[in-house]
Amino acid sequence: MAMSRHVSGWLQAAPLTVVLGGFLIAPIIMIVVVSFWGATEYSIYPAFQFDNYSYLFGSAVVWKVFLATFKYALITWAFTLAIGFTVAYFLAFHVRSQAMQTALFLLCTIPFWTSNIIRMISWIPFLGRNGIANSALISWGVVDQPVEWLLYSDFSVILAFVHLYTLFMVVPIFNTMMRIDRSLIEAAVDNGASAFQTLRHVILPLTKPGIMIGTIFVVTLVMGDFITVRFMSGSQKANVGRLISNDIALLQYPSAAATSVVLLITVLMVIGILLRFVNIRKEL
Amino acid sequence: MSKMRYSRRSILKSGAAAVAASTLPAPMIWAQEIKDITLRQFGTGVSNLNEVGQKVKEDLGFTLEMTALDSDSVTQRAATQPDSFDIADIEYWICKKVWPTGNLQAMDTSKIKNYDKIVGIFKSGKLTPESVIAQGTAPHSVGFVEGPGSTTFAKEETGWMTLIPTIYNADTLGIRPDLIGRPIESWTELLNPEFKGKASILDISSIGIMDMAMVCEAMGEIQYADKGNMTKEEIDKTFAIFTEAKKNGQFRAFWKTFDESVNLMASGEVVIQSMWSPAITAVKSRGIPCVYQPLKEGYRSWGGGIGLSKSLTGMELDAAYEYINWYLSGWVGGFLMRQGYYSAVPETSKEFMTADEWGYWFEGKPAGGDITNPFGDVLAKAGDTRDGGSFYERMGHVACWNAVMDENQYMVRKWNEFIAA
Repeated sequence: MAMSRHVSGWLQAAPLTVVLGGFLIAPIIMIVVVSFWGATEYSIYPAFQFDNYSYLFGSAVVWKVFLATFKYALITWAFTLAIGFTVAYFLAFHVRSQAMQTALFLLCTIPFWTSNIIRMISWIPFLGRNGIANSALISWGVVDQPVEWLLYSDFSVILAFVHLYTLFMVVPIFNTMMRIDRSLIEAAVDNGASAFQTLRHVILPLTKPGIMIGTIFVVTLVMGDFITVRFMSGSQKANVGRLISNDIALLQYPSAAATSVVLLITVLMVIGILLRFVNIRKEL
Repeated sequence: MSKMRYSRRSILKSGAAAVAASTLPAPMIWAQEIKDITLRQFGTGVSNLNEVGQKVKEDLGFTLEMTALDSDSVTQRAATQPDSFDIADIEYWICKKVWPTGNLQAMDTSKIKNYDKIVGIFKSGKLTPESVIAQGTAPHSVGFVEGPGSTTFAKEETGWMTLIPTIYNADTLGIRPDLIGRPIESWTELLNPEFKGKASILDISSIGIMDMAMVCEAMGEIQYADKGNMTKEEIDKTFAIFTEAKKNGQFRAFWKTFDESVNLMASGEVVIQSMWSPAITAVKSRGIPCVYQPLKEGYRSWGGGIGLSKSLTGMELDAAYEYINWYLSGWVGGFLMRQGYYSAVPETSKEFMTADEWGYWFEGKPAGGDITNPFGDVLAKAGDTRDGGSFYERMGHVACWNAVMDENQYMVRKWNEFIAA
């Protein structure tokens, strides 16, 4: 009997193992392997060399690009957190009726009915030199000359990131906030805590797992992105994703693989550090 | 070689001659069998047009399957997957990279009916006997090999061609004359601080580097021995100049796709940039003034041609020759020339264009009436002349050809750094 229980256990785990093995583990192993290969202009050949890595770590530009990637992630994180937390707080604590909550929550998801790229590109005519934003500013007399840094700058890149990814912060935070036992808030108020004190000492600590899940979403999405940076900066700025995509376009697969491996390790380290602060399993 | 002596082959030859004589679309002898033939062509978007495939079916009877890819993927596929295509529609600089792999077969020029009428650029390298050959990967320098099976290029015409030229043009900078308001005459203007934050170049390394070289040379900063084959020092110097300009905010954006270049220009984000001829047309068709500005240092030119896969034999090979002869016989040439490109055999294309179209596109004469492209869009009105003038004025002022350098990998890395800088 024990034997068959053993077998059925293995069988039950098998489909997931096969899927994860075939579509997650194997490709990652492949990427790691290829990252040691060499490349000519139009082909790659098996080898075991550290050229790709030594170039990566030896180039000042690559360091700068990694730094820029962290910069984008950090700034985007700060904004999405501030906005996401506020929106979730409003939904969870200010909106009383459940129906209204659901309706407003669905409203937040409406932009997601169109494609990522379209939402991003629609900023371009809006922010452009002769775009709506600049025409409005000029007609209001705020500025005389069109503001150039609105488009094709770090500003437009981060604006697009915040726009695209705030919902990933709203959802998990809203979810955790809804689970907070309301009697805890009543107790805090009964004990004379001000609204801010309640927020600071009751709601915020209890929302941490949601914040952490949202953070992981936003940080990984921003660090892995390349298309937003390319379009919103007019190809003028770079993050690690763009390095990889450039390499792939130029058929330098081993170099792209090496960069991917370094990026993967970096992101895993960031998540590892984040998870030390909060036990999100408690939440799940 | 022995294959060439098949008797069927000679029948086909006379068949082809019969076609020429009777102007029938295909030799009747194999009309039935040829219907079953499918030739797989792949290449960059410029000449891989569905209209061509349809017309082939109509005129020749066989099926031409077309796949359009970007130039990097085209290179990779031609170099690594010879069995995945029958006909490669590639640029000459790609040929320089791909030919040594032995995946393409040389073509016997004696079977190319209009060979004698092909423009000199693709044979001797000279447009007219007095012409000076431009730098870079000039088409004639990679256009011939010693014989079938040879993987090195011949110095002159040998009777064995690598690519049959199909389409080419001379590129320069596009400008918005209404926003600039003064004449532009030199490549140096791209880095003129006057256009700070209003300039752009294309983010495709192999072409962008040539535009950069044209600018640096025009500024007198660098004297290149050969812009098409720079040394590491020349590459470093070129990027140093452009990186500094980038850091000073000279560029509004870089573009990678055709549409991006059109939008940058049409929206007024950019007033001067590297551009392709049909993109100018697209801007103009929105009613926005845009000029493909001829510059005193000359043009950066490019050319494409069709090559045959090594694995093409027998009836398919015959069909491929049939296709090539058809390609040069005028219809495609006219179709391409009415979009602003040039045909390898202009005189056959003339028959497929009106006198006014021929005058406007080829001879640089003022248009007598509306000039439309094959899709019906009006590109020029009566009295307009083509930017840069006639075929001989434009193609006669080519300063360099798109090229692939010996230091290509180094250049690509530097390019990546330039974008990230």
